Amino acid sequence: MAHGPAQGVTRWFFTTNHKDIGTMYLWFSFSMFFIGGFFALVIRAELFEPGLQIIEPEFFNQMTTLHGLIMVFGAVMPAFVGLANWMIPIMIGAPDMALPRMNNWSFWILPFAFAILLSTLFMEGGAPNFGWTFYAPLSTTYAPPSVTFFIVAVHIMGASSIMGAINIIATILNMRAPGMTLMKMPLFVWTWLITAYLLIAVMPVLAGVVTMMLMDIHFGTSFFDAAGGGDPVLFQHVFWFFGHPEVYIMILPAFGIVSAIIPTFARKPLFGYASMVYATASIAFLSFIVWAHHMFTVGIPLAGELFFMYATMLIAVPTGVKVFNWVTTMFRGSLTFETPMLFSVAFVILFTIGGFSGLMLAIAPADFQYHDTYFVVAHFHYVLVPGAIFSITAAVYYWLPKWCGNMYNELMGKTHFWMAFIGLNLTFFPMHFVGLAGMPRRIPDYALQFADFNMISSCGAFLFGGAQLLFLFNVVRTIRSSKKATDEVWEKPTGLEWELPTPAPYHTFSTPPVIR
Amino acid sequence: MGLTQLTRCYWLVPVSFLFSNTAVAEETVPRWQTNMTEGVTAVSRDIYGLHMDIFWWCVGIGVVVFGVMFYSMIVHRKENGAKSANFHESTALEILWTIIPFVILVIMAVPATSSLIKIYDTREADVDVVITGYQWKWKYEYLGEEVSFFSNLSTSQDEIYNRIDKNPNYLLEVDNPLVIPTDTKVRFLITANDVIHAWWVPAFAVKKDAIPGFINEAWTYVEEPGIYRGQCAELCGKDHGFMPIVVEAKSPEDYALWIGEQKTAAAKVRELTNKTFSFSELMERGEQVYQSSCAACHQADGQGVPGVFPAIAKSAIATGDISEHLSMVVFGSRENPAMQAFGEQLPESDLAAVITYQRNAFGNNMGDTIQPIDILTYKTQSE
Repeated sequence: MAHGPAQGVTRWFFTTNHKDIGTMYLWFSFSMFFIGGFFALVIRAELFEPGLQIIEPEFFNQMTTLHGLIMVFGAVMPAFVGLANWMIPIMIGAPDMALPRMNNWSFWILPFAFAILLSTLFMEGGAPNFGWTFYAPLSTTYAPPSVTFFIVAVHIMGASSIMGAINIIATILNMRAPGMTLMKMPLFVWTWLITAYLLIAVMPVLAGVVTMMLMDIHFGTSFFDAAGGGDPVLFQHVFWFFGHPEVYIMILPAFGIVSAIIPTFARKPLFGYASMVYATASIAFLSFIVWAHHMFTVGIPLAGELFFMYATMLIAVPTGVKVFNWVTTMFRGSLTFETPMLFSVAFVILFTIGGFSGLMLAIAPADFQYHDTYFVVAHFHYVLVPGAIFSITAAVYYWLPKWCGNMYNELMGKTHFWMAFIGLNLTFFPMHFVGLAGMPRRIPDYALQFADFNMISSCGAFLFGGAQLLFLFNVVRTIRSSKKATDEVWEKPTGLEWELPTPAPYHTFSTPPVIR
Repeated sequence: MGLTQLTRCYWLVPVSFLFSNTAVAEETVPRWQTNMTEGVTAVSRDIYGLHMDIFWWCVGIGVVVFGVMFYSMIVHRKENGAKSANFHESTALEILWTIIPFVILVIMAVPATSSLIKIYDTREADVDVVITGYQWKWKYEYLGEEVSFFSNLSTSQDEIYNRIDKNPNYLLEVDNPLVIPTDTKVRFLITANDVIHAWWVPAFAVKKDAIPGFINEAWTYVEEPGIYRGQCAELCGKDHGFMPIVVEAKSPEDYALWIGEQKTAAAKVRELTNKTFSFSELMERGEQVYQSSCAACHQADGQGVPGVFPAIAKSAIATGDISEHLSMVVFGSRENPAMQAFGEQLPESDLAAVITYQRNAFGNNMGDTIQPIDILTYKTQSE
């Protein structure tokens, strides 16, 4: 009955196995993480000191644009989809994803999307240079010719995400083992279910906005061209209607991950499971009605400004609930600090700091000073790097033994953590200061008073980058190691994945497990 | 009245010089600055207050949350023999920590709302300045005064490329600063000619996007004379980092004097249209205009940026029919919107000079010249 994977390279091309596809998503994301990280280091190298040393402003803008696009669409999102592929069927006691062929397809179009996007670097006029937010008309009338390739790439990424989301929803709603009621699902499954709905709601909006750009560029329409009766601000409304839920797409699954890890290492059940579910749903709902807080300076009317300020401030409430729940889970636990726990604890602390600066940014009058400065860069890197990247890293350390059967090297894991933690704070904390002191974002050169903090940021960035090389080394070494992990891996963790043998067999739960 | 006013003006000239050199001289910005400026207007102080309030709320919440967390991490360690409790729910606690943050938010929302209402009240301004963002410079136009000018970065390429030492105002200096009166409500009408820019002066806490097709409003009321510096705050292309804003706030008397001088100067420039320039005069003037208006894209050496900005040296237009060249400079490019219509930006004398310069510099050596009056004729005919 049981059969293993096909032999040779066709295994990976034709696989419909959720674990194979999950693995491919994760490796793809890992490689994009290094490419996007390399672009970030180019940026930080140029910003090491005032003056233009290494690259020209034109290329600098291409780097900031590609860094953002690659990290958002290439590193973070595919990593979460990879984790979803690996873990969701196991966590709900399903044999595989509901739509395995579409699963294969949604992964395999991704490398093409990013090959197209990266190929723009070699085109005449260079790669997209208008920021990852690609505001029109800079991205339409004034864009380099490669913008068309960018649009095609975004369409493919969007299609991939929508297919992935449909698959996840279908799996969760139809494939749960008998007895696995919705309110018994692990939070990672819950947060992904909600994330998948967000994806289905907003990726078509992104597709819409890039299509309008395509029409403006090639077919003579004027959606965003004021000279033709269009409206550049419309672009921003449509973009951020996608963009704001998008930032929650990059954080909700992270909430699920740390909600799995913290109870394991606190040896105590998660505090407030139900409120976690409701808080996630509230955040998802609010994410649809706050988009214009990215646009406080475009001149929206006072009433609009007030509405978006109040709605944005409101997000602090459910987010606070989550943080309080994690902290209370740790309270009176029996704590140990293995690498996944270190990353999760750092997640809670640093994500909260990012949340604080988010609350500051919500205050519209104060945002007039913060907007488009390095304060914003500090804010979203504090929520995204410790938020998305640290949680993904924690997830890899937490589940890697289950995936490959071998235990990672704990000392190396902890070294990775401390290098990443120190590097991250050195890089991004000073950005709060230069932002408040008046340094705009997305500039290749800066006034002299920002020099010292920028130099610190650049040093931190290289430390952070180095830490990730150690991570890669540790992962590869673990996969090739012979140090077997136990079936439970950790001390009495909860969840169906820990009831499986280690490594997880190629096919799991062909007969549904009994849910107690 | 003429005589008395004139005498008063003579008095003021040296005095205003004195001011701009000493009393008005700005404080140097400290290195290692870690916080927002309080600024020099009531609004900027309001915003600074809001910023600090919300900051301290965050610090307070952080101390409590991280306090509990670190307490657990230190005390409730397995290695210290901590046994885990088993509680996992408390409706009372959940309600409490939903309500408390909500109350804090309401406390913050009240002053934020009143500040916002104040900031949005752009009525009853005494001076109106139209600010237009261009790739990569600002145009200031004083409504009702017939005074308008462009403001370009004045930092040299040598400083940017590290060939000489950088001066203290590196990248924050311009050729023509915006001048506004103190103790006056000044309204800014902000728009853009090409892509979106954002006009930002931290000391005034004014940041407003400059959007083509829109006119946004903002205002300020500066109390202290001084020089205030800011930058474009919306990614607007290659030289986004190189289009600073410098505002000189002068006392109302000095401002009146300044605007008078500007009007006279503007009239003089208009007179130049009728002057016939020699070849060397045109070349000299043309080089200056080229460096401030053309070099950002076409580069100081006229070589352009391959694939992005065409070269002037040996270009088909600069070495071809002069009427094509004239059309390109005056009306911009039909195919490439990055090539702006300079006819509305530069006076005829500058246009004539820069076209002559482009045709004769960079090894083009066309040997032909064009006079300001020819430009005027061309413009009128085209209309």
